[in-house]
Amino acid sequence: METTNKTPRRAKRGVGEPFIWVTAVGLSLGMLMVVGLLALILVNGTAVFWPDRVEQVNIRAESPFELRGKKVFAGRLVKKQDRILQDIEAREAAERAGVWPQEFQYFVGNKDAYGLSFFYIDGAAIAAREQPRDIAQLERLEYGDAFGYFVGLRLKDGATIPAGDPNFLPQLRALNREVNERREELSRIEKGQIGRINHQLQRLALRQKEAGNDAAALAPIEAERQELQTRYETLAKTAGELRARQSENQLVYRLPAGDERTLPLGQLIDFRFPNQLGFFERTSVFLHGIWKFLSEEPREANTEGGVFPAIFGTFVMTLLMSIAVTPFGILAAIYLREYAKQGVFVRSVRIAVNNLAGVPSIVFGVFGLGFFVYFVGGTIDSLFYSASLPTPTFGTGGILWASLTLALMTVPVVIVATEEALSSISRGMREASLACGASKWQTMQRIVLPAAVPGILTGLILAMARGAGEVAPLMLVGVVKLAPNLPLDMTFPFFHLERKFMHLGFHIYDLGFQSPDSEAAKPMVFATTALLIGLVIVLNLGAILLRERLRRKYALGAF
Amino acid sequence: MDAPTTPAAHPEGLDAAPSGKRSAGAPDYIKIENFSFHYGANQALKEISLDIPERQVTAFIGPSGCGKTTLLRNLNRMNDLIEGVRHEGDIKINGRSVFDPALEVISLRKRIGMVFQKSNPFPKTIYENVIYSLRVAGQSDRKKLDATVERTLRAAALWEEVKDRLKESALSLSGGQMQRLCIARAIANQPEVLLMDEPCAALDPIATAKIEELIIALKRDFTIVIVTHNMQQAGRVSDLTGFFYLGQLVEFGDTAQIFRQPRERQTEDYISGRFG
Repeated sequence: METTNKTPRRAKRGVGEPFIWVTAVGLSLGMLMVVGLLALILVNGTAVFWPDRVEQVNIRAESPFELRGKKVFAGRLVKKQDRILQDIEAREAAERAGVWPQEFQYFVGNKDAYGLSFFYIDGAAIAAREQPRDIAQLERLEYGDAFGYFVGLRLKDGATIPAGDPNFLPQLRALNREVNERREELSRIEKGQIGRINHQLQRLALRQKEAGNDAAALAPIEAERQELQTRYETLAKTAGELRARQSENQLVYRLPAGDERTLPLGQLIDFRFPNQLGFFERTSVFLHGIWKFLSEEPREANTEGGVFPAIFGTFVMTLLMSIAVTPFGILAAIYLREYAKQGVFVRSVRIAVNNLAGVPSIVFGVFGLGFFVYFVGGTIDSLFYSASLPTPTFGTGGILWASLTLALMTVPVVIVATEEALSSISRGMREASLACGASKWQTMQRIVLPAAVPGILTGLILAMARGAGEVAPLMLVGVVKLAPNLPLDMTFPFFHLERKFMHLGFHIYDLGFQSPDSEAAKPMVFATTALLIGLVIVLNLGAILLRERLRRKYALGAF
Repeated sequence: MDAPTTPAAHPEGLDAAPSGKRSAGAPDYIKIENFSFHYGANQALKEISLDIPERQVTAFIGPSGCGKTTLLRNLNRMNDLIEGVRHEGDIKINGRSVFDPALEVISLRKRIGMVFQKSNPFPKTIYENVIYSLRVAGQSDRKKLDATVERTLRAAALWEEVKDRLKESALSLSGGQMQRLCIARAIANQPEVLLMDEPCAALDPIATAKIEELIIALKRDFTIVIVTHNMQQAGRVSDLTGFFYLGQLVEFGDTAQIFRQPRERQTEDYISGRFG
């Protein structure tokens, strides 16, 4: 009887209630960290595009703060924070007063005029802050944004339109649209047509080198070269004319401190009055900003403009990696699980494969550089591109080598997942197939593999997620800060596997740690990070949807 | 559910089968001679000898682990898949050893259909399940496949229930339907022998009754070997019964005789439920 009375207490401890709580705490902490990180990145990454109000700040005459010798400036308030007081007396004084001194950080733009774009100022030094209605924000091709008041337009015929004129704004808008269209045309000519001619000229130079001293072969090459040269000169002349027209009209604006500045209209991308925008206009500016970020090429050492080449590079590289890793991983796993005689050797191979997944990625980068780039690429160059040596074609980092390096890095993930998927196919199903007179390969092909596809895709999803976010090995095998051309374009052979490319992960590193102006780059770092996470999610969602469709098709029974 | 179809109602579909084997069946169609079988160091069968007649139902009964399934799986060499097995003695089907090195195991299995204890339809359509053995044999003539599906499903007493949903997944069927589909799959390529490894173990009594009727009907065309735990079932469907115990064939003979007047004491104890 005594023992039965004691059992409940002992049983309660045996059930392990506290451990259930501990597991719940573990999960909650993990979730909290993930959600916190995502929220931080999302909020900071999208806030960049929200058009904030612009303040004009007057500095107290007696304070030592000034900007270019002037006591007034305009800017966007970035943050307000408590000052860090080094001086013990000042700190004690602040504690006694109960008010901690503040400091403000402003984005003041006008980098060409001020030499800086972020400005810290003591809260105590500020005499007045206001939001002038007619202050304009100018988005420029160079030197980032400018804040100022419009003075007028100086047209090419010498006429000027003052800002007060009712024609001023419509005229500015029309001219702005005109220069933007001309800029696009210029880029079409320079990047597209002239780029193609340069490409052809390079090929001609190679043919010339191959022809050597053979006069009969050289003559047509020379003729072709002449023709290309003429076409190039015509195009270059057109481009020069267009470029000259870009700066024929000028915009005059005044900094808050009073000095006037002129801006050739070709430099102006867009302008707006941030303090006049209503909610919907601000939303539209916000969405437009996001679109430009996604679709444009970077400017100003990547701190301005968009990240389209990096998105494209990441996407293409991940896709190429998946194409390379899938067949290798699956075939290796099939042999390992289904055909190899299970024993010490196979077991050690399996252990080696699992350990491969834990090798630091930079090691794969070094291997990729040594093997793919120098050995394989170098051999390809000496066999097929010897004419252009010593300039390497495949013997230098490129998107193909980067994809293959990542494929090598992620192949263990696919092997392990495929093996798991294969071993989960019930023996009954295999036996049924064999008993029907199917060979082992037919059983694999018709029964086992289709049923294992969802599991295999899970492995591929994991591999893609790992590959898309990887940076370290890429820095050795082909990623660059700024790639002049996308790996896919309209010049033959359209898909340029040897080209260097941009990658979102590397872009983050470059912006955050290699940029000359880290304050200016910070919002871009957040935006790019949010985008990289978004891209990985999109790729994964695609694979998951595919898996669900296949799973429905090959719905596995419970046995 | 349909009312249980009478045995006479469906085998007409099989009349299309080659009628060469209509003649009286050979009494030793499958001949097992001094057959012993080892899983590594573990001997599962000890010197089994018995003759299975053509186009009759032969049942193997006995407690778990007595070797009846092992013997069944040796008839179509399914035990090849297990590592570390060896055998002594011989099994001949229609005069030819199944272990003959010149005989390809795939062609052997094409002549022997098998139904498993757990129904194991493939995650494909009902149609594809039935014609699987034809597909792997390279048959792709649409008309022949269609004809096979109808004939086979009729023979398996499943046609009326699934004729409108042949393109649906086989996994949408009920347990009893799945097992009948597996039987259909096993007989689709017109094998000579049908092996059944406890085909009703996972089924309810109604589904079991249907399968049993099917077995009785099918023996007109196939030599059937069935392993069962269910004594009543062996009594109902089989013509001959073999009682296995600890890897040995204790008694083999006419089902009626085994159940009414077993010669051996062990058989009597087992059948009457005194041990098991």
